[in-house]
Amino acid sequence: MTQPLRHDAQTIARPLWLLAELTYACPLQCPYCSNPTEMAQIGAEMTTDDWFKVLREARELGAAQLGLSGGEPLVRRDLEAIVAEGARLGYYSNLITSGIGMDEARVNALAEAGLDHIQISFQASNAERNNFLAGSNTFEQKKAMARAIKAAGYPMVLNIVLHRHNIDDIDDIIAMAESLDADYVELANTQYYGWAWHNRAQLLPTREQLNHAESVTTRYRDNGGRMKLYFVVPDYYQDRPKACMSGWGDLFLNVAPDGLALPCHAARQLPGIEFPDVREHDIAWIWNESPAFNHFRGFDWMAEPCRSCVEKHDDFGGCRCQAFMLTGDMYATDPVCAKSPSHHLITDVVAEANAPTSARAEAQPIVFRNPKNSKRLHATPPAGER
Amino acid sequence: MSRPVIHATSVARIARGHRLQYEPAQDCHVLLYPEGMVTLNEPATEILTRCDGQRSVATVCELISAEFGGADVSDDVYEFLRLAISHGWVVIG
Repeated sequence: MTQPLRHDAQTIARPLWLLAELTYACPLQCPYCSNPTEMAQIGAEMTTDDWFKVLREARELGAAQLGLSGGEPLVRRDLEAIVAEGARLGYYSNLITSGIGMDEARVNALAEAGLDHIQISFQASNAERNNFLAGSNTFEQKKAMARAIKAAGYPMVLNIVLHRHNIDDIDDIIAMAESLDADYVELANTQYYGWAWHNRAQLLPTREQLNHAESVTTRYRDNGGRMKLYFVVPDYYQDRPKACMSGWGDLFLNVAPDGLALPCHAARQLPGIEFPDVREHDIAWIWNESPAFNHFRGFDWMAEPCRSCVEKHDDFGGCRCQAFMLTGDMYATDPVCAKSPSHHLITDVVAEANAPTSARAEAQPIVFRNPKNSKRLHATPPAGER
Repeated sequence: MSRPVIHATSVARIARGHRLQYEPAQDCHVLLYPEGMVTLNEPATEILTRCDGQRSVATVCELISAEFGGADVSDDVYEFLRLAISHGWVVIG
């Protein structure tokens, strides 16, 4: 959902929001996945006890929101145990799932364990497109699980990632959400990290597509629609960067399946930063003391035009990962910003997406997220990468 | 959204999907909801901890008033509850 966690500036920043990426394994193959494309090379998953340690130490530091994510968190057979430990510690827990690996009994077991909230994703509003994008025959299962979640007494929270191949179905997507008796619908345009970055030319919608989807969403709201819709615009179509993660190491602590503590789910790719392992350090040291979590705190790291920009307090220079991916310099201004000397890197891609026929989109097939493609893409790891 | 109507006999409770709890790390009460949290100040805490889905708003006012030397707190309670309802933190009935 879109209401960010907030805390007033006077208090010491705490990791109020812990995102536990329990696994990178997933039965789906969505080409817009934000998981790292090198997932096949990433080390073994942490044990249940390792996760209990993370939950305990982060909670002591003040973490209150617990996101359980992946990959597909339902792949972990100890999910119920992790949920129960989170509930015991006082977290407000939110399962972010595709619904695959779930049945009614498991929904009820999770509720019994104290899970507070479930968000289920759909790839599209019809079986054909959903199953194509997911790379698996999952549409009917998802609908059944959405109903089971509702029947278990949870609010129905649907998440649909929008992109060039499904955004024109916005009317149908809203109708599907209505038919599933959804309460909240997150219409989240793709953010270009991980697999989505690799498939950028295939996924970026045209301005016309985006405007249409936004106007349909607005019309639904204006007509007093029952569901609450959140429309997340793609930052490529904006001229100011997002305040990524509300600032580096300010609010958000991501723990990856292999135990790496990260200020965001994409930060692993940043060169020369040694991200700490939660099994080797406690969360308090990681959050407060580690060089990694202090690397982009404050404003001293900034170069121009950010350094002297009056808006730096609002957006913190944008996203470090996006700056790195687009310019090769993780200290650069996020090129989404119109003040960035590299802003053309965004506008060029947008222009291409809006060209009558997108040459790149046609030349490059969609690469689905799966271990085989991960190995293929990272056959020879680029220099400097972990 | 229209201005929420609250009567003395109305019964307020924390909205579904929201949880009021004390946070030791921050030494204050917070209201948790999906991917969000509000930190409550003392008056908000006094009010919300008494909105148990059983007591009427009049009773909530009386209890707080008794706690604070008989002061008339009803304007503050009603005003806060209207705000809480408009944010979806609290529901009536």
